Amino acid sequence: MAEKTMRPGEPVTLDAETFRRLHAQAHKAMGPKRLAIIASKGTLDMAYPPLILAVTAASMGMEAGIFFTFYGLDIVNRKKWKSLKVAPLANPAMPMPVPNIVGAIPGMTAMATAMLKRMMSKQNMPPIPEFVDMAKQLGVKLFGCSTTCGVMGVKDEDLLDGVEIAGAAAFLDYAAHADITLFV
Amino acid sequence: MTDEIKVDKTLDCTGLLCPMPVVKTKLAIDELAPGQVLKVISTDKGAKKDFPSYCAETGHTLLKAVEDKGAFIFFIKRA
Repeated sequence: MAEKTMRPGEPVTLDAETFRRLHAQAHKAMGPKRLAIIASKGTLDMAYPPLILAVTAASMGMEAGIFFTFYGLDIVNRKKWKSLKVAPLANPAMPMPVPNIVGAIPGMTAMATAMLKRMMSKQNMPPIPEFVDMAKQLGVKLFGCSTTCGVMGVKDEDLLDGVEIAGAAAFLDYAAHADITLFV
Repeated sequence: MTDEIKVDKTLDCTGLLCPMPVVKTKLAIDELAPGQVLKVISTDKGAKKDFPSYCAETGHTLLKAVEDKGAFIFFIKRA
């Protein structure tokens, strides 16, 4: 391809092949992209988005890391990761159109949780523990918040294998070199 | 419809939602040699946009994408 001199501000049109070549070169030169996510919620519904994004990023050749903090730490707590729940109270988006106050009745949390689990498995969506294992298998870095461990009395051995205990500085250092950062 | 393109491996993701088709594609393509072609079938509505993005990001070549009765079929050549 004949290279022509470009002036600043001049629009550039690239054919698909040239785009691919330049894109591949840029990739090589800049190293992999990085996704850094903070997972701060410990409900079943809010555990999915960070894991889904991280495994997708890793599948696309990006580096991905999740910092589990506050209730989000439950997602990688071996005593809790298999029993995350959906909160029907103060959740107007529940698929069943019942008055919100009904969510406060004993048993409603278990019911809403069972319903989401059923909806997920009907669509062949893996449960949270499978997603965590998948993330590990794909090389997603899992950070457990040290402050949360202290505040909530979570011991090192309560966290799943492969979870690195870290503080804000370590996460910020990781995120400072990220291309995408998200707070969930 | 699948003329000329020589397929080395087929991955059927029928009934799976995002992110499973992309994750399974990654794992399947890892087992191919560069230049080999993976055929992926996905019924996830997001696949139409997801697979071109997946290929752009990974550098694999999307040789062909066809839509057939609610299913998307992609032919991906490993980079």
